[in-house]
Amino acid sequence: MSFDIALTLSRGERPLRYTFTAGAGLTALFGPSGAGKTSLLDAVAGLLRPTEGHIVVAERSMFDSAAHIDLKPETRRCGYVFQDLRLFPHRSVRRNLEFGRRQGATLDWDHTIDLLGIADLLDRMPATLSGGEAQRVAIGRALLSAPEFLLMDEPLASVDGVRREEILRLIERIRDELHLPILYVSHDRAEVERLAQTIVPVLPLVD
Amino acid sequence: MSAALPVAFAFAWVLARWRFPGKVLVDAMVHLPLVLPPVVTGWLLLLAFSPNAPLGGLLERAFGLTFLFRWTGAALAAAIMALPLMVRAMRLSLEGVDRRLENAARTLGAGSWRTFVNVTLPLSLNGVLAALVLGFARSVGEFGATITFASNIPGETQTLPLAIYSALQVPGSDLQVARLAGLSVMLSVAALVLSEWLARRSGQEKGRHVI
Repeated sequence: MSFDIALTLSRGERPLRYTFTAGAGLTALFGPSGAGKTSLLDAVAGLLRPTEGHIVVAERSMFDSAAHIDLKPETRRCGYVFQDLRLFPHRSVRRNLEFGRRQGATLDWDHTIDLLGIADLLDRMPATLSGGEAQRVAIGRALLSAPEFLLMDEPLASVDGVRREEILRLIERIRDELHLPILYVSHDRAEVERLAQTIVPVLPLVD
Repeated sequence: MSAALPVAFAFAWVLARWRFPGKVLVDAMVHLPLVLPPVVTGWLLLLAFSPNAPLGGLLERAFGLTFLFRWTGAALAAAIMALPLMVRAMRLSLEGVDRRLENAARTLGAGSWRTFVNVTLPLSLNGVLAALVLGFARSVGEFGATITFASNIPGETQTLPLAIYSALQVPGSDLQVARLAGLSVMLSVAALVLSEWLARRSGQEKGRHVI
C-alpha cells in the first residue's frame, strides 16, 4: 500500500475528514477548488497537523494521533512540488536545486537536469524564469532531495499550451521510471484520467 | 550597538513569531523607552545598575562590570534607548518573510536552524541592517538617559549631544557648537538615507517572492 490515510483537519469552523488508501503509482486527489486538497497535501508533508487520524506512506507511519507519532517535515522525505512553486528568490536555480540535495536519489544530478531540460537555467535567478521553466526547476528540486514519495499540487496550473503537454509527459516519465508513490492534486478531469492509477474524489464529509 | 543587535533581534523574533500570554507586556516593556521621558529611563537604569542595587552589584562581582559614570554606562543607556526602534524595524522585516518559503525548506530536509540561516535570515537581512543603522543613529543622539545615568564626563561619557550642550554653556564657543551640530546633522541624514535605501531594497525583493 502506497498511501493509507484517514484524518481530520480543523480548518476554520468546520472539520474536514478524509479517508482513502491507494496502491502503487500516481494517486490523484480530484475535486473542486476549496475542497481542501492542498490542506490534505500539507498534512501529509507535515506542514499542517491533523486533529486526529493517521498517515502512512509506503509502510512508514508519518502521523498517528493514537500512537503519538508526528514526524517533523524535514524527516518525512517527501518531494513536495507546491502549486506556487516556492523557489527561493535569493538563490540561483543551481543553489535552489542544491538546497535539498541528498545523496541516494533514484536519479542523480546530471540525469535530473537532463530529464527536466534545465541545464541552461542553472545560473539564472528564479525571478527571471518563465512559468514553465520555474515549474521544471521546482520539480527538479523536489526530485534531487531523494524523496521517498512525491506530492504535486496542480503542477499544470501555471503552464499552458505546448509547455503543458511537455510537463504532462515529464510527469508520466517520473511516474513510470522512478517508481515513487505520487499524490497528485488537480481539478481537471482529463488530466487526472490520463495520469492516475487511482482517483480519489475529494468531497469532504462535513460533520 | 553590537551587543544590542542580537538582543533586539531576539525580541523581534519573539514578538513576530510567538504567541504567548503576557506578550502584550513584553511588547510594552520593549517599547517603554520610546515613550518614557529619557530622564526617567536614565533614573531607572541608575536604580537597577548602581553597585548597591542587586543587579548592578551582581554584575560588578561577577564580571567586574560597572556602568555608573563610565563609558559602558553611556553605551548601555544608548542601547536601551535604541532598542524599541530596532525591534520595530526588525519585527516588520521578519513578518515580511514568506512562511511558505520556510515550509518549503523544511520539506526539503532542512531543520529549523538550517531554515533560519539559509532562508529567514537572508530574506530579512536588509530590514535587519536598516534597523541597525536606525538604532545607531538613535543612540548617537541619546541625551537624557545618558546624562542622568552616566553623567557628562569629557572623554568618558560625553556623547555628541552632551558635548554640544556643554559647549552651549560656554560663552563664545559658537563655532564649536556649529561644528558639532553639523556633524550630528550629517550622521543623522546619512543614517536615514542608508536605512531607507536598505528597507526599499528588501521591499523590492518581497515583490519577487510571489513567483
